[in-house]
Amino acid sequence: MLKGRDLLEPMDFTTDELMELFKLADKIIENPENYSEACKGKLLATLFYEPSTRTRFSFEAAMLRLGGNVIGFSEANVSSVAKGESISDTIRTVACYVDMAVMRHPKEGAPIVAAACTDMPIINAGDGGHHHPTQTLTDLFTIWKEKGGFDNMTVGFCGDLKFGRTVHSLIKALSRYENVSFILISPEELVIPDYVRKEILIKEKIHFKEVENMQEALPILDILYMTRVQRERFFNEEDYVRLKDRYILDGAKMKLAKDDMMVLHPLPRVNEISVEVDEDPRALYFKQAKNGMFIRMALILSLLGIETQNETQEV
Amino acid sequence: MVFIDSIKNGIVIDHISAGLGMKLLEYLDIDTSADTVAVIMNAMSNKYGRKDVVKIENVTDIDLAALGLIDPKATVNYIVDHIISEKINLTVPERVVNIIKCNNPRCVTSIEATAPQLFSLIDKENREYRCEYCDEIISMKGGYSNEFIHRQWFDR
Repeated sequence: MLKGRDLLEPMDFTTDELMELFKLADKIIENPENYSEACKGKLLATLFYEPSTRTRFSFEAAMLRLGGNVIGFSEANVSSVAKGESISDTIRTVACYVDMAVMRHPKEGAPIVAAACTDMPIINAGDGGHHHPTQTLTDLFTIWKEKGGFDNMTVGFCGDLKFGRTVHSLIKALSRYENVSFILISPEELVIPDYVRKEILIKEKIHFKEVENMQEALPILDILYMTRVQRERFFNEEDYVRLKDRYILDGAKMKLAKDDMMVLHPLPRVNEISVEVDEDPRALYFKQAKNGMFIRMALILSLLGIETQNETQEV
Repeated sequence: MVFIDSIKNGIVIDHISAGLGMKLLEYLDIDTSADTVAVIMNAMSNKYGRKDVVKIENVTDIDLAALGLIDPKATVNYIVDHIISEKINLTVPERVVNIIKCNNPRCVTSIEATAPQLFSLIDKENREYRCEYCDEIISMKGGYSNEFIHRQWFDR
């Protein structure tokens, strides 16, 4: 039962709870009209302290397609934050008006602070370079739809594995399934953080390999998760320029990969996937973005504890 | 040989690993103390070779979890009328609340002043702790640089 819960990090839900969400999202895709008024009268706050287009639009579209409404801000300097208000005071105030809140914040752990001061559900829509659990739901849902499950996969992560929060979250989430192994492709400067290596991979005895060469990894991968080197995470512009084009997935490299290898990317893309790859049927990143809206619809319904007539009948 | 008077009432923190006495004093915020404080550094110890010792007159309300975080090898002796009334061996605490600050500049605790500083033990042997907000891992073994949140319990 997810009613009233928060989603702060990818391990907050059990694998069974995730499966329930995937099944609900699938039902929404099949019959969206059954859910078009499910959240009538409900209000979602989108608290984006850091700019976002994709995630914010995805949440707003999800709530509006469920018949609910959305209020919020899309950058910190237009909110009371600019006046120096604390996160906890903002959340306590917003909780007086809305039924749930989605929060993106540049500081790591900010949604934990938010969740601690309210009973309304808080969804982490990205906290700095830390977690991005709804992107993880999107990634998992896409893998589940395409591959039918998660066991026995070899998953490659490529690019910025240090600041790429979607990478940390997905590694954490996939590590719960049977016989999943990881190939971590990154320059030395952008390797995964210690807490991912020590607390997840080593502690859970998960098979993983850290490499710098993308071509040597490609032939064995079932999934390739590409990431953008994010300018906003660097303190030093020179480092960004030196590293940003280190890995570019193009048509020639795709020839090295398996016929059914999935290419995922949390988007936005810059140079790391050449546009010629978009036509390849293995390129699933735009499908992934669409899935993101449906899984967010399922998440909103579940956290608000709304059962549609459709569901109730089936139960 | 240096002689330090015994204390009538208070605590003696003994068997502090040599060099950690000052870290401990930093946490205790000793500069603000109105009570008598004796610090012995690099004293001979049968157990450890060298040790530091801290004696504080008239103080007993000390946070054992905090001391265990700084040096779990230390022992705390409560003194009543010059006699040791109780001796406690410190342990490595499982969770530490508002004792050290997270060093990660990207951690929410760097901007949210009222959020409690929370760390959980993840590796007892290496005394490694994880910030519960940002997952930054710190080791309390060796030359850690995390700032202490001063107790200020001498302001009585």
